[in-house]
Amino acid sequence: MAKDLSPGDRVRVRDDYPAGHIRTPVYVRGKEGVVTRVFGDFKNPETLAIGRDGLPLKRLFEVRFRQVDLWPNYNGPETDTLDIDIYEHWLSKA
Amino acid sequence: MHEHGHHHHDHSHDHGHDHGHDHPHAAPHAPPAKDEKIHSYHQVLGLALKELLIEKGIVTADEIRKAIEFRDSITPALGASIVVRAWSDPAYKRRLLENGTEAVNEMGANMGDLKLVVVENTPEVHNVIVCTLCSCYPRAVLGLPPSWYKSREYRSRVVREPRTVLKEFGTAIPDKVEVRVHDSTADMRYLVLPMRPEGTQSMGRDALEKLVTRDCMVGVALPKA
Repeated sequence: MAKDLSPGDRVRVRDDYPAGHIRTPVYVRGKEGVVTRVFGDFKNPETLAIGRDGLPLKRLFEVRFRQVDLWPNYNGPETDTLDIDIYEHWLSKA
Repeated sequence: MHEHGHHHHDHSHDHGHDHGHDHPHAAPHAPPAKDEKIHSYHQVLGLALKELLIEKGIVTADEIRKAIEFRDSITPALGASIVVRAWSDPAYKRRLLENGTEAVNEMGANMGDLKLVVVENTPEVHNVIVCTLCSCYPRAVLGLPPSWYKSREYRSRVVREPRTVLKEFGTAIPDKVEVRVHDSTADMRYLVLPMRPEGTQSMGRDALEKLVTRDCMVGVALPKA
């Protein structure tokens, strides 16, 4: 859990596989990246999906990963990246 | 429209409003056309939900029709007009990159509850957009997504071998340019701001807008003069 992240912070995505409506794709779970934007606070889609109010709000971050950190056999240059939107409860400082 | 959580939204406008099942005439029915769709479980569920919402007076059939008509009226021409303005108006471009939502609404788009993030192609970075979870797409500025964008193949491959996928679209990105994939997993929608091609300095707005195709704004193609 990390609400107080800022651009430039290194983060690790929770390596967890709960059931339900999860917006954190499996391919980034357990991976390390860098926060690039803070989007603000949004209703939690995991609880909205089951008819609840989505509260408390969750902070949403854009996190940038190096492709070579996501895919062991990535077929492009090391400088290629992937940006993805991740909610605070999936992130911790790395 | 909140696209996540309605995984079948892409079908909901394709049917339901063009099947009159209660034919007032007594003539024998012609055999169904070969292309008539058999409703899947989820399509039936969608129809049932629509009928209940109308019966309970929560929405009217006309409101649903209007919403479909509005969505179908948005085309990539809107996105192209936004890109071309950004090419020729530095102050607008700055606003577009800082707050895409407000900047595109100013050009007549209606982002509703969603946020738009505009990502700029530069000589150093090439951006490409995907939604691996379903098919989130900047509909408010580009209209409905193409079928390949929603395909499992594009969604699964463009994140792990973007350069190969781009080549299949005819777009070769040199290794010295960073390829940056954007996976839209939340309430943000992404739009690529392509670079203005060389040799277009004397072109007028209409001609420039023709260069900015849908695929250029998704990031699988480059505008060509």
